[in-house]
Amino acid sequence: MALNQETIKNLSTLARLRLPAEREEKILSDLQSILDWVEQLKEVDIEGVEPLVSVTQGNTPMRQDEVTDGGLQKELMINAPEEIQGFYVVPKVVK
Amino acid sequence: MTDLVNLTIAEALDLLNKKEITSVDLTKAHIAEMEKGRVLNAFITETPDLALEQAKASDEKRANGSPLGALEGIPIANKDLYCTKGVKTTAASKILSNFIPPYESTVSQKLKDAGTVMLGKLNTDQFAMGGSTLTSYFGVTKNPWNLDLVPGGSSGGSAAAISAGLCMGATGSDTGGSIRQPASFCGVTGIKPTYGRCSRYGIVAFASSLDQAGPMARTVKDCALMLGAMAGADDKDSTVANIPVPDYTKALTGDIKGKKIGIPKEYRLDGLNEDVQRIWDKGIQLLKDAGAEIVDISLPHTKYALPVYYIVACAEASSNLSRYDGVRYTTRVDGNSLDEMYENTRTDGFGDEVVRRILLGTFVLSAGFYDAYYTRAQRVRRLIYNDFVEAFKQVDAILVPAAPTPALSAEDMKNMKPVDVYAGDVFTTPASLAGVPGLSLPIGLSQNGLPIGLQVIGKHFDENTVFQVADVLEKMANFDKTPHRVKG
Repeated sequence: MALNQETIKNLSTLARLRLPAEREEKILSDLQSILDWVEQLKEVDIEGVEPLVSVTQGNTPMRQDEVTDGGLQKELMINAPEEIQGFYVVPKVVK
Repeated sequence: MTDLVNLTIAEALDLLNKKEITSVDLTKAHIAEMEKGRVLNAFITETPDLALEQAKASDEKRANGSPLGALEGIPIANKDLYCTKGVKTTAASKILSNFIPPYESTVSQKLKDAGTVMLGKLNTDQFAMGGSTLTSYFGVTKNPWNLDLVPGGSSGGSAAAISAGLCMGATGSDTGGSIRQPASFCGVTGIKPTYGRCSRYGIVAFASSLDQAGPMARTVKDCALMLGAMAGADDKDSTVANIPVPDYTKALTGDIKGKKIGIPKEYRLDGLNEDVQRIWDKGIQLLKDAGAEIVDISLPHTKYALPVYYIVACAEASSNLSRYDGVRYTTRVDGNSLDEMYENTRTDGFGDEVVRRILLGTFVLSAGFYDAYYTRAQRVRRLIYNDFVEAFKQVDAILVPAAPTPALSAEDMKNMKPVDVYAGDVFTTPASLAGVPGLSLPIGLSQNGLPIGLQVIGKHFDENTVFQVADVLEKMANFDKTPHRVKG
């Protein structure tokens, strides 16, 4: 799989990153070399093998769906870059 | 006067219980050492006032005859990936450089409940992505054995601080080797427990199907004591197994006669570092001398663990790190629209390695490539998992190196290509992908006088056998853990 500048731009947009032009080339060549390296997985016979999503072995309990805390608005808002009356503020999204 | 900063946790607990020392004595000695050791850059945040307050409270409990925790009065430190209520938690990143969690991670809370004293927060690679601490926004940590070398990573601050006597034990976290490799580089001991042994609640997430908390300390017994306090079911993380946590110190019987120890042929890499090969051979001989039976085994898919790991870990990271959007976590770089604000904040806030991994993860999860990369990696992951399950039908534990080299130079590493850096995880990622426990302990020195560790891998949830074998190996190797001390 050969990457190009356009793929990198598209990935950056998907990941909400904006790479400066001078970093784009370096990232492109780094990602290309990583992808070339992972190509070796193509030689493995995976016929009939189910994907392994989690190594947990079924002994993972569910808890009761009950409220266990809350009322932490003040503590949580300490980390908000911008806040008005307990609400997070973002740039205007409606015209 | 006892040299308080060279005690093991077990020795210190004994002296505390005999009332020969106090937690305040012990904590003050470590605070002084922490200040002298600043040249190492092991800590991101020091909390000496909090530590003294906790030490005083602990001494009062002992004086009053109140019930004591299993680690009552012991000064430790937390990797700066563990959320600590009211104490800055950065994940060694710019984007979280001012984040003050309003809650405590389950594991650090359990350590508090066990009576520990917290000296501060330790450096790591940014979001635990790296094996050197070179990706930390707060600069690289220096290896106490040689200040030009990296301490390994990502839990490099933890390893360096323990080795230099700045704390008695520390939390680490291990996604693809982040406890075991720095332990080897700095001559300390650390265990990545079975996936599902410790809660991940409140630990800044990197790759959720792999991340696991674990202790680092100077001895196997100290790690056994710490893990006993850290492990166990948690309502806040459903991936933690609801099974009892044994008293791991009871596993340290000193007897491994008849135990079957597997040596996988696939780990004998062409051109393996001679020092590492020599130390591995020495470890095998020591186990034989202790009466263990050495068994040649095969883990056929070992060579694919690294690429599988980087695909799975980056995919999960790209998803986990999408939450850092400039709205909830302290830092924001303004923009003319919401999307522009997201982009500006994230581009400014993430370092190069984090950006690389987010982009790789985004790629392998994107439409058209998902099956070819991500699903394929998950299918090969099952084959790696099956390799271990098969091997453990024949053997009780496996002995392999922890890292392919001793500690590397920080300058050399800065110029290495990503793929060559990733190769440093070759001996640790297979156990991570399979979810089995692995403990790294120092066995000997390289020709240049640098520590080299070996890794004991066990069955799922059989940390007992891992500790039992490692304890015997530790006693027989009799490794002198003291580096040339850092003079301030």
